[in-house]
Amino acid sequence: MKVIENFLIRVAYAVILLTAVLILNFSMMHLAPGDVADTISQSMGGADKEILDQIRADYGLDRPFLIQLGSYIGNVLTFDLGYSFFYNTPVTELILQRLPATLLLVFTAQVLALIIGVMLGVISARRPNGLTSHFVTLLALFGYSAPVFWTGILLLIGFSLNVHWFPVAGMRDVTISGGFWVHFVDVARHLVLPVITLGSIFLALYSRLCRATMLEVLGSDYIRTAKAKGLHDRDVIYKHALKNSLSPVITLAGLQFSAVISGAVLVEAVFSWPGLGTLAFQSIIARDTPTILGILFFSALVVIVGNLLTDLVLRLIDPRIGTK
Amino acid sequence: MSDMEQRTTQDIIAERHPFIEAWQMFRRNHAAMVALVVLSLIGFGAIFGPLVYPIDPFEMVWTPFSPPGVDGFILGTDYLGRDLLSAIIHGARVSILIGLSAAFMSVFIGVSVGAIAGFYRGWVEEVLMRITEFFQVLPTLLFSMVIVALFGSSLMMITFSIGIVSWTAVARITRSEYLRIRELEYVMASRASGSTDAKLIFKVILPNALPPIIVQAALMVGSAILFEAGLSFLGLTDPNVVSWGQVIGSNRQYILDAGYTVTIPGIAIFITVLCISLVGDGLNDALNPRLRQR
Repeated sequence: MKVIENFLIRVAYAVILLTAVLILNFSMMHLAPGDVADTISQSMGGADKEILDQIRADYGLDRPFLIQLGSYIGNVLTFDLGYSFFYNTPVTELILQRLPATLLLVFTAQVLALIIGVMLGVISARRPNGLTSHFVTLLALFGYSAPVFWTGILLLIGFSLNVHWFPVAGMRDVTISGGFWVHFVDVARHLVLPVITLGSIFLALYSRLCRATMLEVLGSDYIRTAKAKGLHDRDVIYKHALKNSLSPVITLAGLQFSAVISGAVLVEAVFSWPGLGTLAFQSIIARDTPTILGILFFSALVVIVGNLLTDLVLRLIDPRIGTK
Repeated sequence: MSDMEQRTTQDIIAERHPFIEAWQMFRRNHAAMVALVVLSLIGFGAIFGPLVYPIDPFEMVWTPFSPPGVDGFILGTDYLGRDLLSAIIHGARVSILIGLSAAFMSVFIGVSVGAIAGFYRGWVEEVLMRITEFFQVLPTLLFSMVIVALFGSSLMMITFSIGIVSWTAVARITRSEYLRIRELEYVMASRASGSTDAKLIFKVILPNALPPIIVQAALMVGSAILFEAGLSFLGLTDPNVVSWGQVIGSNRQYILDAGYTVTIPGIAIFITVLCISLVGDGLNDALNPRLRQR
């Protein structure tokens, strides 16, 4: 019960946080020079003041700021994020079309980076001077220092343009027809390079942290006890040590959601991945305010939900959390 | 005789000065030393390069896609026939300038927020840490993109947009240092002898909280350079200056014909950030006495 109660408090807090994000974004848009009316009139090749006023009245921009803000928040509560004048589509619909592609990219990259990172970390902690350990060190340096879009372009040059192993852009090949598995394989092939590009940064982070915590845990008393009572090496590592070195890695992974989305924006730009990042980029260039606000809201939502899930996972694997 | 003694004492004091001690530790880290030399060369090239190599990065000086080394253009030319070496030299100025100033801004905000939160605790800490958390859930790159697109892409605005979303890590580190140090006896003593809060925050606690902040600040410079490269790769950059990310972004359609126009500026970013992170590692070893035994 205590666990559920704590979790509910966190959810309530997340809602407050999201509202704050909404208010900040909306105020920022309001402060910026120029508005929707200006953008529309520009695309029409200029307009006189009467038409501008008409557009402002249509979009409700002539009302006082607080009223606009209030009605925006009210609309968001009913999942109405407004109407995109650039795409002529409701923003919610637009975002829900693009969200699956981004989620697919982001979650595949995160999950693979976590699993492989933990594996690399464990292996290199067992042999601190072994080959894997040096590889982790190098990977960490590369992952921190290489701009993610550059890594992506290098992979493109290497594996799509020189040898045609993977497609150059997009998420699916429209010329392909067939059953579920044909499409599954097609999307998977498109996914490989973007996931490697995005995942490499986080793989570097996780494997380094996992090695460090694992080394620390392996030196502790209870591990010596476990070894002393004659347990097999593998049992000691995977049943005793790993459990305790997992929590810091998962905590770190939970903190990375915002960074993952930032990375995804760049990776999507490189691989023309039809996700939120590309949509964000286009709507920022077009100054499509409702869409920009909607995307900022949804990405904050993804980060917050990601944090909540991380919290839940941590409580599940480590019962000590939450009883405090 | 007494002259001799005095000198040795001074020598010992000089040797024990924390900066000298840290420098001696730092010098033992060969990777960090090499990185420091490379960084100095890059900085030197950024400052004096344009004087030695006066080709304008915006001028179309030769046929497009002339490969490196051909016709006297050391790094070749881009899709408009502009000199790539010149773009790299001028780009270094922008990247380093923005990297340093954005890092300075985020360290300034982060230390202020963290110090006040850790020193005063209570509701002040609660409020400040909630604000920090708020900035942590903001999708940083998207937010900066929006700021630059809406408020103009001057170097100042780009720096601001990076600094405003990057300070949370510094704030958390500073806060935990202040929470720890404020309970130490020497701080109590200083407080008991009537030091004002301002004196305690800036003169008494800050010097001892600095080591992890310095390390983080060094890393911040690297990530700010990467951040700027990402923004300018997407085209959200000051059109009047050349930057490394922007060179990659504008040449990216032509990777099939001229991969070097993308590879070379990327190497410039990579080496700069790599050296910064190696120096950061070196600083970490040098300033963190608890790790020295390892």
